[in-house]
Amino acid sequence: MTGVSPTRSAVSRIPLVGSLETLRRVRRDDEIVITTMGSAREWMTLGERHALDFILVPSAMGHGTSIGLGLALAQPNKRVIVCSGDGSLLMNLGSLASIVAANVPNLAVIVFDNGVYEVTGQQPTAGAAASRVDGRGADFCGIARACGFDSVYAFSDAPGWTNGARRALDANGPTFISLDVEPVAGGTAPHSPGPTSARAQQLMAALRR
Amino acid sequence: MFSGEAIASLLAEVGVTHVITVPDSTIGRWESAMDRAGRPRLVRVCREGEAWQVAAGLYLGGATPLVMIQCTGLFESGDALRNALHDWKLPIFSIIGYRSYLDQAKLPGDTCLVFTEPILDAWKIDYRLITSPSELHVIRDHFIGCRDAGKAGAALIAE
Repeated sequence: MTGVSPTRSAVSRIPLVGSLETLRRVRRDDEIVITTMGSAREWMTLGERHALDFILVPSAMGHGTSIGLGLALAQPNKRVIVCSGDGSLLMNLGSLASIVAANVPNLAVIVFDNGVYEVTGQQPTAGAAASRVDGRGADFCGIARACGFDSVYAFSDAPGWTNGARRALDANGPTFISLDVEPVAGGTAPHSPGPTSARAQQLMAALRR
Repeated sequence: MFSGEAIASLLAEVGVTHVITVPDSTIGRWESAMDRAGRPRLVRVCREGEAWQVAAGLYLGGATPLVMIQCTGLFESGDALRNALHDWKLPIFSIIGYRSYLDQAKLPGDTCLVFTEPILDAWKIDYRLITSPSELHVIRDHFIGCRDAGKAGAALIAE
């Protein structure tokens, strides 16, 4: 378990695409991966989609963690990995308490913390150091621990995430992982990769197999 | 209006697997009986928008969820239900407490009476208003009708 620094280092942050490439490399074949906003946009560029990918586009604001909780409850034998932004998580912080209350060992929440609402033009979130007089950003790992997560990990550089990703994902969940990532310049909102109804049916069919 | 035992029994009978809820003073009284029954499983969330999206995940995962909230929570949860019911077209059923419908002395002029039904109409949720303990069967019939039609629906419970 690693503590999170209250201030971010501009030089060591993880490129978003690289962080997702690592996740794609260590992801097991029976794991469900939910991506939202910036993570969804970049995930779709990384290659062929897996049957258990769920590109949550369009989404309700900040609810990737809630969809993940539902999937984890319905599919207790599959690990569910939720990729959330920090802005999204701030919109639904209560979901961390709900996740712990629901006792889902098969759920991992990854927050890609870039400190901004990237797709709307990189405005600082209320939790970002840039929004605070004292320059201290919100401590997402501290929030997760306070909500009752026992498995909490923070990664602030690419080698650490590359080497530690699988170990963190294999922890007894629910698991919370914070990645200190670099905002993507000009990053826009993701496009829907196809009709929602069909994609929902595809995921449901894949889960029945 | 109804006992927790009656609601738990009804929901188990129609195949509901999970009830995702934020309580109010009426539907909250059903919780202990539902907990004792153990089926459907209660999932407690912090705010009503979460309830729709947890239900969405459950439905995608093959379960049969039901959202149980008060109308005030319905007002709060518009974006979440819009996404689950209309973007993703998931036929999630809900039980919604209708504050001040029967008792208007506690909160005179309660605007829940003004907005609840128009908002359900605006969100295109087919609902039945339940005003009497003799109407338990209406919830069952409407749930089954919505399930068979593959559409979302709601039972609006007068409080």
